[in-house]
Amino acid sequence: MAFLDRTARSLLLGELVAGLSLTLRYFFKPKVTINYPYEKGPISPRFKGEHALRRYPNGEERCIACKLCEAICPAQAITIEAEPRDDGSRRTTRYDIDMTKCIYCGLCEEACPVDAIVEGPNFEFATETREELLYNKDKLLANGDRWEPELARRLELDAPYR
Amino acid sequence: MLDFLFNTDIGLVILTFAKALALLVPLLIGVAYLTYAERKVMAAIQLRKGPNVVGPFGLLQPFADAIKMITKETIIPSGSNRVLFVMAPMLTFILAMLAWAVIPVNDGWAIADINVGILYLFAISSLGVYGVIIAGWASNSKYAFLGALRSAAQMVSYEVSMGFVLVTVLLCVGSLNLTDVVRAQSKIWFCIPLFPMFVIFFISALAETNRSPFDIPEGESEIVAGFFVEYSSMSFGLFFLGEYANMILMSAMTSILFLGGWLPPFGIEPFTWIPGPFWLILKIVLLLFVFIWVRATMPRYRYDQLMRLGWKVFLPFSLIWLVLTAGVLMAFGLLPNA
Amino acid sequence: MITQVLFYLFAAVLIVSAAMVVSARNPVHSVLFLILAFFNAAALFLIAGAEFLAMTLVIVYVGAVAVLFLFVVMMLDVDFAELRGGFQRYLPVGAAVGIVLLVELTIVLGGWKLAPGSVKAHMSPTPANISNTEALGRLLYTDYIFLFQASGLVLLVAMIGAIVLTLRDRKTSRHQNIRVQTERSVAETLEMMTVELGASTNRSGGFLRPKPPEPEKVEEPAGGHGHGHH
Repeated sequence: MAFLDRTARSLLLGELVAGLSLTLRYFFKPKVTINYPYEKGPISPRFKGEHALRRYPNGEERCIACKLCEAICPAQAITIEAEPRDDGSRRTTRYDIDMTKCIYCGLCEEACPVDAIVEGPNFEFATETREELLYNKDKLLANGDRWEPELARRLELDAPYR
Repeated sequence: MLDFLFNTDIGLVILTFAKALALLVPLLIGVAYLTYAERKVMAAIQLRKGPNVVGPFGLLQPFADAIKMITKETIIPSGSNRVLFVMAPMLTFILAMLAWAVIPVNDGWAIADINVGILYLFAISSLGVYGVIIAGWASNSKYAFLGALRSAAQMVSYEVSMGFVLVTVLLCVGSLNLTDVVRAQSKIWFCIPLFPMFVIFFISALAETNRSPFDIPEGESEIVAGFFVEYSSMSFGLFFLGEYANMILMSAMTSILFLGGWLPPFGIEPFTWIPGPFWLILKIVLLLFVFIWVRATMPRYRYDQLMRLGWKVFLPFSLIWLVLTAGVLMAFGLLPNA
Repeated sequence: MITQVLFYLFAAVLIVSAAMVVSARNPVHSVLFLILAFFNAAALFLIAGAEFLAMTLVIVYVGAVAVLFLFVVMMLDVDFAELRGGFQRYLPVGAAVGIVLLVELTIVLGGWKLAPGSVKAHMSPTPANISNTEALGRLLYTDYIFLFQASGLVLLVAMIGAIVLTLRDRKTSRHQNIRVQTERSVAETLEMMTVELGASTNRSGGFLRPKPPEPEKVEEPAGGHGHGHH
């Protein structure tokens, strides 16, 4: 009996027909492709994208050259040199992130005690030369100035979970 | 002018040339758009859109692909036999085009209405094996060679059961001429009484053209394109186009042998207003959709499973069905007395 | 007129490729020239009006026999320099044998006589309403049926001989039972369980590991369907 059942199913191509009908149903379903440059997928507030150096509301840069981020970076992408500034405060003279070494893990953001270095939501920063991807302090500060409202909002949203 | 064309030798040559062009140019455009259709249909089955950037709905994609392939550099491996290396894809493509000489697109409209049409088609499919073997051997690469041998063995195995299916159809028709085959289906298409043969022929056609699920010889994920791994740019393009032209040829053969060729489904009035070639093209398009549908659905057969299927399942089955058909035709006196 | 031109063209290519078969240095080239020779022979058959034979020549010789030749030649590892060496040494003996054969051939061909009946049959026109295939069929399967079956038997014996000579059923070789593999159904392999958060399948009642396929017996494996469902 089982033999007849199996033979009939194999002669009538049972499993083939089942598979083909499934794919035919999928043929008529609505497609999930999004039209990329004009439509983009949703991103969470914790998304780790392009780095930025933030400032305090009064314009003072947050970074105090504690070098915790340089120490924790797994790829050793951050290079820091520090010197006292003219007014005596502790500040960096050099803060480079090599975006080609960076693995975008977000550990630097977690380590920073003053929320100076953050990873923003931007992932569209491709360049045509490799040199442009070796970010220095000016570039990072400029990023920070450009993206500040959004960075602040993301930190607010994620604060309960940190 | 008509007298010149039909009665003189030179006129006949020119006329044949014109007929061949009229058939081959739409065919080549069809081959190009088949590549596009495959990408779109497979994408749709996988819940995504296919190419939709190049033209409206991506319709100019085949031209973009063609330009890319033509402008790439053709690399010929060192130590390979240069003549054979370049000749193999040409051979595949030429054979795919040659077979179209006998396909009738309407009553009496075949370029060469020879009375051994079916045998000619069978001969051309047997020759297709050579393109593969020569490509594999001329690449001077172990993996290409192994892939070619496997592919050749696969094609030869499935030709055997295809041959028996052809004989079954032949019994019902009484003539090897393809136009007669279509005319004999004016009462009922052969896919209905000979349905298992139709299925076996279609699956053997899948194996002949190295399509999924029988595409181990050219499996992209297994042996990195098998026998044409060393090919680049236009030679690869020719193989690719040859494979798609072969697909269209097999679909045309299936529709002529089993689906009534240029005959409408019912011989009644609204259907007979539509010209024959349109019905043939419609059937070919439907069969090509099934080709692509099967590719998107089935996992690949392992090589020994594939060979077992050809020799231990299809061959006995088609042989038994052949004897059965002969018996039934004799018993009910339905033998065509051509 | 065109027929004559085509005849001379095909015959010339046939003779040249046949000569190249024996004189090509690479054996694969030899086989490819042989294939070309077969093609031209088929074309000559077509010109002579035997289209069935022409197509069958292509299908059988070019499509099957030459493929086998090609497989064997491609996979052989023959050292052709060594094989062809010593040509100068054997030239006189070889030439003598060749001349003897040539003389024998001329004697036989010179005494060629046509049967009187065949000349008349050759001159009579070919019946127009019967195709080549049908004519061959009518003759082959009625008058010459025994020869037909005998040649089939010869081929069968050759196949059996090849298998007997080469098949070695080693006791240590391991086979896969493909029929069992492809007939496997979901019920025999998968079992869906609902497992509560934090629990393991063992704590949820265990699951029936799918049994390996039985070699010969064909019975449903004991169902594990009731296990582990909540």
